[in-house]
Amino acid sequence: MCTSFMGELMTATHNFTTGTGNTFKAALFLASATYNASTTAYSTTGEVTGTNYTAGGVTITNGTSPTATNSSTTAGVAYWTPTASFTYTNVTLTTAFDAVLIYNSSASNKAVSVHTFGSQTVTAGTFTLTMPSNTTTTALIRLATT
Amino acid sequence: MALVNTTKGEMDDSLLEKREGDVDNDNEYTTWVEYWLDGELVHRSVHVQLKKSVGLTATTASFE
Repeated sequence: MCTSFMGELMTATHNFTTGTGNTFKAALFLASATYNASTTAYSTTGEVTGTNYTAGGVTITNGTSPTATNSSTTAGVAYWTPTASFTYTNVTLTTAFDAVLIYNSSASNKAVSVHTFGSQTVTAGTFTLTMPSNTTTTALIRLATT
Repeated sequence: MALVNTTKGEMDDSLLEKREGDVDNDNEYTTWVEYWLDGELVHRSVHVQLKKSVGLTATTASFE
């Protein structure tokens, strides 16, 4: 999770409400790029380039608003997961990439989170990134008190 | 028989050598499929299933 995102939660910068909330996007980044908790916003620096890949990535499907639930009288968790896989269709990405940045394109492209995976290339094919289950323990983004 | 999108256009998969693989670890379950033509990679698709979430554990001074 990007550190700046945590601060921006306190300033109501991001709205994950289905339908009326912000638009979030997912962009792929090269293995040679540096994207981590210190990332504050989307930039084309280090982003993959190739046939049929559009800079900025794909728009995230947000079919379910965040859920908040109590686990005890003093603890609980709020969580959110995109409701569809990120799919980059018929692309050729010959330089190895290993990260996806989720960012808010409605709020100056501010960063939400970076997720890494084993380094990949794609040749005249499809890259699909499937999300974990949207539960209290596995949702893509979780905010918890203990 | 099925058509596969390749660097040389759509091709019948019977003309191609198919290679598949997977990686399973704590972070992801990834599968990939490649098609080769005469030693040349002409198609590679990848499916990554993320397993881990990113979490923030909050601490409050007290609960009222």
